[in-house]
Parts: sequence; structure tokens; C-alpha cells
Amino acid sequence: MAGPGGGSSDVQWCFSQVKGAIDDDVAEADIISTVEFNHTGELLATGDKGGRVVIFQQEPESKNQPQCRGEYNVYSTFQSHEPEFDYLKSLEIEEKINKIRWLPQKNAAQFLLSTNDKTIKLWKISERDKRPEGYNLKEEDGRYRDPNTVTALRVPIFRPMDLMVEASPRRVFANAHTYHINSIAVNSDYETYLSADDLRINLWHLEITDRSFNIVDIKPANMEELTEVITAAEFHPNQCNTFVYSSSKGTIRMCDMRASALCDKHAKMFEEPEDPNNRSFFSEIISSISDVKFSHSGRYMMTRDYLSVKIWDLNMETRPVETYQVHEYLRSKLCSLYENDCIFDKFECCWNGNDSVVMTGSYNNFFRMFDRGYRQDVTLEASRENSKPRSVLKPRKVSTGGKRKKDEISVDSLDFNKKILHTAWHPLDNIIAVATTNNLYIFQEKLN
Amino acid sequence: MSEEVEGTRTLNEQQEMEDKVISPEKAEEAKLKARYPNLAPKHGGSDFLRKRLQQKGQKYFDSGDYNMAKAKMKNKQLPSAPTEKTEITGDHIPTPQDLPQRKTSIVTSKLAG
Repeated sequence: MAGPGGGSSDVQWCFSQVKGAIDDDVAEADIISTVEFNHTGELLATGDKGGRVVIFQQEPESKNQPQCRGEYNVYSTFQSHEPEFDYLKSLEIEEKINKIRWLPQKNAAQFLLSTNDKTIKLWKISERDKRPEGYNLKEEDGRYRDPNTVTALRVPIFRPMDLMVEASPRRVFANAHTYHINSIAVNSDYETYLSADDLRINLWHLEITDRSFNIVDIKPANMEELTEVITAAEFHPNQCNTFVYSSSKGTIRMCDMRASALCDKHAKMFEEPEDPNNRSFFSEIISSISDVKFSHSGRYMMTRDYLSVKIWDLNMETRPVETYQVHEYLRSKLCSLYENDCIFDKFECCWNGNDSVVMTGSYNNFFRMFDRGYRQDVTLEASRENSKPRSVLKPRKVSTGGKRKKDEISVDSLDFNKKILHTAWHPLDNIIAVATTNNLYIFQEKLN
Repeated sequence: MSEEVEGTRTLNEQQEMEDKVISPEKAEEAKLKARYPNLAPKHGGSDFLRKRLQQKGQKYFDSGDYNMAKAKMKNKQLPSAPTEKTEITGDHIPTPQDLPQRKTSIVTSKLAG
């Protein structure tokens, strides 16, 4: 059956791997909070509510099995952030990892930025596969030798050892945010990055931890006048002076850092006009943008609001060029979704490598892909029931009308506790990582 | 003539139906208002956003109160530890035993298992 794919409508998706515990009793610390491939796709990082980062590495393709690309296995895992207590404000600071962003590789080591609500950390992940042996003053187990017993001198040499992957914090960027950090984004200059909280955006230099520049401040003089907050921010992929930030009111502002030090005045504002007749209590809530992502080309950007994904041409501010409905059937369920807080769920979205397909998550462990060229979309499910190796995923369908066809699931049967908020697409290949509450699924394109 | 009247009525009904069909959101809004008549008419105002910015679970600790309470308790008989954890509110000065335990040991993520 045809499905969306890069340039071809015949891509079929197969189950590849699933990581995480099988049991339904989910510990809060195990809830996955972010997923990110590195620039080559060789490494895949996840962050969780317990402040831990797990990095998977793709095995090199084996000659025996050219049918499938390498599997992802654990490469490194470390505790990135710990729970803290702000004594001044009597507030707990959660250790949950909100975002991970990889730096492009410059030397043998890998670097990534991880952030919780208040503090960003730069982590260095390095390999050690040799160790020095043959010390004069130390035994092999580390005990010191009595110098009097040393009768001859030798030169220590490096011997191979089992690969050890070490993660060490190289920089800690702290105390720059009063409100909760929702985004970090590395600049294309690979020297600076931005961090955004609900009301402010700061610009950092990767080498400097004791200061950062505030580049956006939307905090009103009187908090009673507060009408919107910043929900996400990103740097342009190749214009180092340009960044965008989205708001809870459904607008996206593009700023040019060359214009002024404080970018409170936007260079462009992207907003779709609203039909005043259709306005309801829920309108503003469901228009809040939960994620914004530039296309790899830098020509477009994608935004995710509660019910849809929109593609914007950076040259046109008046309306999006494409709009895709993720789960329009939820529009008639908004009342109960407001009551159970699901209406505030923040879904992310992502582009495939050549910007031809976009993906985002939904409920019931469903996720959706929209092929921009072929104007096709598909709904797939991340579930252990379809987890036979290399089994092809069957498209799923939610029935909205009265008559439910076989294999369809009715809107009222959807499990709203099974939400896919975080998804990632390999930068080059058709490999995707989909996070359910506490499991990470990896799907690959079926290769013949 | 009666046909005309019937025609108009049908048109009104059709308008109502169309409203519901065109705007399921408005139908949902009506449902919400029916369940919560006291809900603020304009949502998305500063109240909502301020709640979003506000941290939940603010725990207030005053070392002066705490030490004074400890001193007072020395003179009285120590109350037995409550069998169930009741919520700490009001005049009760929390003691270390009352606070929920934060995990101290670092457990490896199950994704790495």
C-alpha cells in the first residue's frame, strides 16, 4: 500500500526496535521528554523526566543484511540534571530534560546541550579505547609500589581496552531564566545558541557561562496586562542573524539580530487571520503553537498547534501555504479535552531530510505523516502489538461518522493517556524515532 | 401559503443545524458553559497565563518558625507520627518527616536496559 515518503509515494514503514520497559506501570522518571538525532543520524539522544540522557548509536550496516540499516544500541547514559530547590522562592526545580540539541562534530568527541527548566548544560561525550600500562610507581590495579622495590625503569605504553564512553559536563549555563526554559537552539555559526523561556530569550556563547545577552523580552511592565507567552524558538538553519519565536496566541515572529541588540520589534510576523464568526472559548487555546521548526532548506517553517500542522513560506506572512489536519475529529471533543487538560498537550513536529514529508504525533499512540508533494497522509501506530521485526506497519484510521468500519477505531475509544508528543526523523535516511510515554520506537523504511 | 411558512421553518432549523455542523467548537463551548457556569467569560486572559507562569507546589519554609516550633515541641509530648500522610496546610509547621522523599539514588533509565 502506498504511503508518504521522500520523493516517492511508495515508502512503507517497518518496525525496527523498541526500547524501554514493557510493563504498564510507568514510573514518572521514565517518561520520555525529548528525542533528537545528531547531524549525521548516527546518534540518537533521549531525555526523560528523571533528568537522565540516554544516547543510542547506530551499528554500521552489515554486509550480511543489506536489507536493513543498522540497529541503534545504547552508547552512553548519564544523569544530566538533578532535582534542585530554589530556597529564595521556595520552589522545586524539576530535573526533567526539556530539550536536547546536538552540536555538529568538530573533533573525536560529541557535544550536546541539554536543558531543564532553569539550567543548560554542555556535555562532552568521548570514547576511550586505550589505556596506559606499565607504570613504574603503580601496580596495574592502581596501588602504589614501594619505590624501594623498583629496580628497573620502563616506559608506559598504551594498550587497547574495551570501549568506554564517558560523558562529562563541560559548561553549565545557569541563573539566566526566571521562567521555565522551553527551547534551546544552536546557531549556524556554531558558536552561539539561544535559550527561550515563557517571556524572554537569551543569547549565549558556547564558551562563556557567566553572561548571556537578552535578545527578546515580552514581559509587560504590569503583569496584569500579560496576554501571550513564548512557546518555542529556533535559529534559521543557515542565516546566523535570523531566529523565530512562536506564541501562545498562534503567532510567529521572525527577528533579525542585526537590526538591534534587543529584538522586541519583529522583522516579520506570521499570523493566519481568524474568522471572527468561528471564535469560541477554545479558539485561543487551540491556536497556541507548541513547536516551530525550520525546513532544512531554510525556505519554510512548520508550526504545530493543537489540531493542525502548518507550513509557512518565510516570504509570506499573511497565511500558511499548507495546512494539515492532524486530528480534526477532536474539535467536537474540546470540552472534555479541556476538562482532562489534554487540550494543553504540547505536540512536536519534524521534517524529513529533504523536506518532502512532515510528521507529528497524536493520541492512542498514533502518529501522522503528511507528504507535501503527493498530498497524501497516513496514520500509523507505535505499539508492541506490531513489533515483529521488520513487520510492515498497517495504516490506522479513526472513524468519525456513525458507521465504524472494520479495523477503524472510534473517537471515543481513543486512549488520551497514550500520547506521542516527541518524534524525530533521521537527517538523511528514512528512519524515525517515535516516543510513547516511556518507550522509544524506531521504524525504518522497508528496503527491498 | 402554508407551504411558505413551512419552508421558512425548515430554513431556520437548517440554519441551526448548519451552525452546529459549521462550528462544533461552539457546541463544545456551550457544553462547557453548561457544566461550569462560573467559568470566566473570556479565557486566555491574564489569569490563565499567570497560572501557567506560576510554579505549582510552592513550599514555604521559614527557619524562624521552624526553630520556634521545634523549641515548643521539646516542652510538650511529641505527637506520634501520623499513619497516613495528610496534606500540610495552614498553621502546621512541616518537619523533615512530613516532607515527601525525593529520590536520592540514581537509577539507570529503563531505555538503557
